[in-house]
Amino acid sequence: MTPVSSKQYADDVSLLMVLIDTNPLFWSSSAAPLSFSKFLSQVLSFLNSILLLNQLNQVMVIATGLNSCDYIYDSSKGPTSQRVESLLQKLEEFVVKDEELNKDDSVDGIGSSLLSGSLSMALCSIQRIFRSGSLHPQPRILCMHGSQDGPGQYVAIMNSIFSAQRSMVPIDSCVIGSQHSAFLQQASYITGGVYLKPQHLDGLFQYLTTVFATDLHSRSFLQLPKPVGVDFRASCFCHKNTIDMGYICSVCLSIFCKHHKKCSTCGSAFGQPQTVSTSNQKRKAP
Amino acid sequence: MTDAQVVKRAKYKSTVKDAGVRGILKMTRERFVFMPNDPSSSVKLNVEFRLIKGHKSSKEGSNRPALLNLTQDQGNYIFEFESFSDRELCRDFVAKAIAFSAEIGGPTSEKAAPLKDEQLSSAEMERRIKLLQEDSELQKLHKQFVIGGVLSETEFWATRKKLLDVNVTRKVKQRVGLKSDMIFNVKPSSDGQSNRVTFNLTPEMIHQIFAEKPAVRQAYLNFVPNKMTEKDFWTKYWRAQYLHSTKNIVAAAAEAAEDEELAVFLRQDAILASEIRQKIRKVDPTLDMEADEGDDYTHISGHGLATEDIKDELEAQYEPYKRSFLQDINRHAAVVLEGRTIDVETGDTRTVAEALASSKRLELAKEASDVNTHQERLDRITQMTEIEDLQAPREPPVAPLCIKDPRDYFDSQQVKTLNQLSGTRQMKSRLSTSEAYDSLRAYISEIRSVGLSDPIVRPEVAFKVFNSLTQNISSSKYQLGKNPHESILDTLPSVTKEELLLHWTSIQELLKHFWSSYPITTSYLYTKVSRLRDAMSQIYPKLQEIKESVQSDSRHQVSLLVQPMLQALDAAFAHYELDQQKRSAKSGEKPNGYV
Repeated sequence: MTPVSSKQYADDVSLLMVLIDTNPLFWSSSAAPLSFSKFLSQVLSFLNSILLLNQLNQVMVIATGLNSCDYIYDSSKGPTSQRVESLLQKLEEFVVKDEELNKDDSVDGIGSSLLSGSLSMALCSIQRIFRSGSLHPQPRILCMHGSQDGPGQYVAIMNSIFSAQRSMVPIDSCVIGSQHSAFLQQASYITGGVYLKPQHLDGLFQYLTTVFATDLHSRSFLQLPKPVGVDFRASCFCHKNTIDMGYICSVCLSIFCKHHKKCSTCGSAFGQPQTVSTSNQKRKAP
Repeated sequence: MTDAQVVKRAKYKSTVKDAGVRGILKMTRERFVFMPNDPSSSVKLNVEFRLIKGHKSSKEGSNRPALLNLTQDQGNYIFEFESFSDRELCRDFVAKAIAFSAEIGGPTSEKAAPLKDEQLSSAEMERRIKLLQEDSELQKLHKQFVIGGVLSETEFWATRKKLLDVNVTRKVKQRVGLKSDMIFNVKPSSDGQSNRVTFNLTPEMIHQIFAEKPAVRQAYLNFVPNKMTEKDFWTKYWRAQYLHSTKNIVAAAAEAAEDEELAVFLRQDAILASEIRQKIRKVDPTLDMEADEGDDYTHISGHGLATEDIKDELEAQYEPYKRSFLQDINRHAAVVLEGRTIDVETGDTRTVAEALASSKRLELAKEASDVNTHQERLDRITQMTEIEDLQAPREPPVAPLCIKDPRDYFDSQQVKTLNQLSGTRQMKSRLSTSEAYDSLRAYISEIRSVGLSDPIVRPEVAFKVFNSLTQNISSSKYQLGKNPHESILDTLPSVTKEELLLHWTSIQELLKHFWSSYPITTSYLYTKVSRLRDAMSQIYPKLQEIKESVQSDSRHQVSLLVQPMLQALDAAFAHYELDQQKRSAKSGEKPNGYV
């Protein structure tokens, strides 16, 4: 056994955290472009190919549900045979647990899954692997996300993004849903990952292998697709709405959609904004 | 006065010196007509008031002509009246007529304009024309929006005040400071024959006197209209000055005892003294000049030898009347350095005095506002004299940062998230939650039983995906990456390029006006916004046209360029719609300015 102090640093060993959106409402809605079984079959093939690329590669899969998230697969544990079997077994158990946690039966829309939770779990397990094992692989996170952004998770997601940026973990995003995800656009942009919204989801496997399979070192030699633009809009802290313009606390940088007397995060008292009164006066003149 | 017209006998003069032509001046609301008495004379006038920019009149005086000067853009009309009352009547009439013509002149051009189209001076107009000539892009915009009727002239230039101002700043005159020579050196001119001395007083000097001597200013404000005339006041003042210049303290004291108004000028300035005291208080409290003096005896007269105190009892009595030359010089220097603190024409003595007084009062009020000056002084003394070694380390003064209990925040968020889950969504799910979970489980068991699909991807689909991915990448690589200095725009045909740039600038212009009109508080802004919206929606299809007109290989590039424009427009439209909805939702209720 190699001692812990002399870790193996290799530039082509990857630690891939895959976050799979298991929002049942999304997969059963018309927004889902392919069935969940087809999606799973393509993703599982992709995971297999990752493990085949390098013997030391490690893959962890986290399911992102409506009410909870959990690890459903870790390639470093368990038998090397029947990988898919054990993953699907865990996934089924997870779905049952997630359903038990679900309280109300009448959800109108497709809701948003707990992306913030699974991102945090991914970052935590990356740290754990760094600190415990003898290997020091190159980590990255791949979000396979379909349901729309939950503006309520804005702060939590942004915090995860910034901690990923700090620990130099790129977040790659593969958006399966019909709409672009502003959260994932920002996540990939800030952490230097790749954001992709595939057009032909029948060929999802091709997208995954072409864009997301290469390790971080090889990535620097490749010309990967670049997003057209990034939606940088933020959610306000008071109503969790996505806003174009707003007020920002000068002390703690909290964002609000309207003027408050006091910052709800840090408690600083704000003065009356000067510009509003002057512009009003200006407007009254004509 | 509602007279429809005024008819007066007057002389028309081309210049002030001119002898003039006698005749009749007839004024109506719209115009004035001058008919000379001599019908053969060629001097006939018929001028509309809207061409007249202003009027001046001569000072009233028994032996002066009663003149009225109507000024025009170029040249002017001077009339001499037979009496001043005639002149006054005409002057009032002219003033009204000019105001009236300005009023009706404005709104005819545009009713909705925020300000009646400002009367532009020709210089202003010239500047604008010059700017337009220099900048072809600006000219294009101007042509498109101002002449196209989307924006008014005023609106267009309102956002470009800076451009106009740049030229203006060059012309701003430097303000003239106060003269540095001292007034009190003004030598009285005496005619040598009689015992009279004459002082010449100009407004400039009065300003300076008021600035230097607050007591005189105060006295002027107190005395002048009620107690004495202005002339008496200044006579007294110069008398006091004169007494000073003779350096006869005893005589001065005697005079002051007799006349209490005169005493005001002779005594030391109380206001000044209090100001000085205030200043002294601001000096470093540890400074002790008297103590320092003991260290160094060279500057003491007698080289440190004790000298006899020559002050006698008589002197003490006259102490308030003593004023050293040095004090005067110091005060004068302070005033000159301070510069002109007020911006008043020095014509009227009283206004000068009042303005100075109020500006001083403001200053004093500012200083007096901090009640705890004494405490502050004590603090400063302790700070200056403390021995550092014996003090506890001082932390920099910081406001305590209070982060509230984070649980509040996260709890509220959780509730919010849960609410959101149950909240309404535009995309309807066909199934309830339990059904959805069931179907998800069915999918999973399906793949468990069937296994991975084989082949994973059909070759033709994979090829399509591969093509779309690489084409996108390669096109941007070969057209962007070849030359970093070469932009996509240069690869496009010049017509497309120019069109794109033009649209870009015009969209920017429109959006600038659009967003600056929010929040909508007046109906004028409302119409402006809808006007802008129409103009913007006209650009929208044009952008689509451009996108479709270019060849397929560069279409991707163009769409990349057009995308931000469309996004900006979309944001504006969305905001407009939202505001419209809000407006209709609470019609009648006044918008409070917050959007």
